Amino acid sequence: MLSRFANPARFVRVSAALLPWCAGVSIALILLGLYLALIASPPDYQQGEAVRIMYVHVPSAWMALNVYLFVAAASAVALVWRHPLAEVAARAAAPIGACFTFVCLTTGSLWGRPMWGTWWVWDARLTSVLVLFFLYLGYIALVNGFDDPARGSRAGSLLAVVGVVNLPIIKFSVDWWNTLHQPASVLRLGKPTIALSMLAPLLVMASGFTVLFVTLLLIRMRTDLKQRRIRALQLDRLTPAPAPPHTESGLPARPVAAREGI
Amino acid sequence: MPGFLGLVRRDLQLALHHSGDTALVLAFFVLTVVLFPFGIGPEPDVLARVAPGILWVAALLAALLSLDRMFLPDYEDGSLDLIVLSRLPLGLAALAKIVAHWISSGLPLALISPALAVVVDLEPGAMPILVISLLLGTPTLSLIGGVAAALTLGARRQGVLLSLLVLPLYVPPLVFGAGAIEAQETGGDPRADLLLLAALLAAALALAPWAAAAAVRQATE
Repeated sequence: MLSRFANPARFVRVSAALLPWCAGVSIALILLGLYLALIASPPDYQQGEAVRIMYVHVPSAWMALNVYLFVAAASAVALVWRHPLAEVAARAAAPIGACFTFVCLTTGSLWGRPMWGTWWVWDARLTSVLVLFFLYLGYIALVNGFDDPARGSRAGSLLAVVGVVNLPIIKFSVDWWNTLHQPASVLRLGKPTIALSMLAPLLVMASGFTVLFVTLLLIRMRTDLKQRRIRALQLDRLTPAPAPPHTESGLPARPVAAREGI
Repeated sequence: MPGFLGLVRRDLQLALHHSGDTALVLAFFVLTVVLFPFGIGPEPDVLARVAPGILWVAALLAALLSLDRMFLPDYEDGSLDLIVLSRLPLGLAALAKIVAHWISSGLPLALISPALAVVVDLEPGAMPILVISLLLGTPTLSLIGGVAAALTLGARRQGVLLSLLVLPLYVPPLVFGAGAIEAQETGGDPRADLLLLAALLAAALALAPWAAAAAVRQATE
């Protein structure tokens, strides 16, 4: 299974077939979700219309965590099996996850203003999600911080695996510290404490966001593979002719490309 | 074990040889703390209120300052390759370097902190807690920092990258360290925060050397 999808050429073929479907499904789900969330669902008895922010805020928060888990899992696979596509996947997923985290933080801030009366509080959940955002940024900076891309990928993989310790802290921060942010109301033991008329649009939006992530991931991975291919072709063209010409001193002249390190 | 102690001794001798580095860390700590009364104003009540946070943040930044020296000199002159090749397990070697780093930076910070606590009007009763929290917290900082220092070996702009990686992970020790002092100041019980600091140290002690060793291995590969 793992080695079957280790072939980049096969991945490009399969993903080309999958991509239009994923894109279509994600657009349809998000449009349906937006209709349900903004028009068909009732306003909250306490929060009024502002509750509609939840339909973007909560799915992006779930995605922020799940994408990090994905990055860490792909990194672990890359470290253990040296799977070539896992590294590409981890590197491609991180900026998407950072965007979800940013959306989660901004919508939360917009929601907090009318509900809590403040844009930001140093609440345990908010702080730990902010730390997650910085972890994403650190990962992206580390991956791009080396002249040798392979070293960056390996260092980034290690960091992603180490950073997993942060995930349970975020997930359970609202249960451990009793602070302003409300505790989980959907993914909990027993029945969800949210009305079905609100749960349905939430789940549709969440699945829409998930398929959107897959779509963006496939696009980014394909771009990454194409860039590598272009680089390889350019290097091929720059490799010198078979027999290096000899200079008058008798020493072989080094090709310009090799000297310049292009 | 002799290899472990030998490596600690070697690193400490090197640190003693470049004792300017330790002095720089301490000077940075002192200067940062002294800057706060200028910024906040000299009222003792206000200063005493924010003193735990100031002392901890300053100590944390000072510890960050010397992190890049943990592996970089050995990486540049090739000794790190010899350490990787030696019979000492790499996890232990990483731990030895982290211990040496803590003795030459974290420990002096904890020892001079009471002098600085006076500057920011920390209540005298909270001083033992300050020293204990720093003694428990700074090893965690060195351990987490060791992983990041090994990860960024050979990177462009290592210093900036290092702080970006390390500062988010330094939040828990900071919260509990400053929390313990504040609990003592406000008449609460600092033991809960100190125990959590100790738990962080235990977890970091078990995991960080292993992760740092993996990072060193991929850097020297």
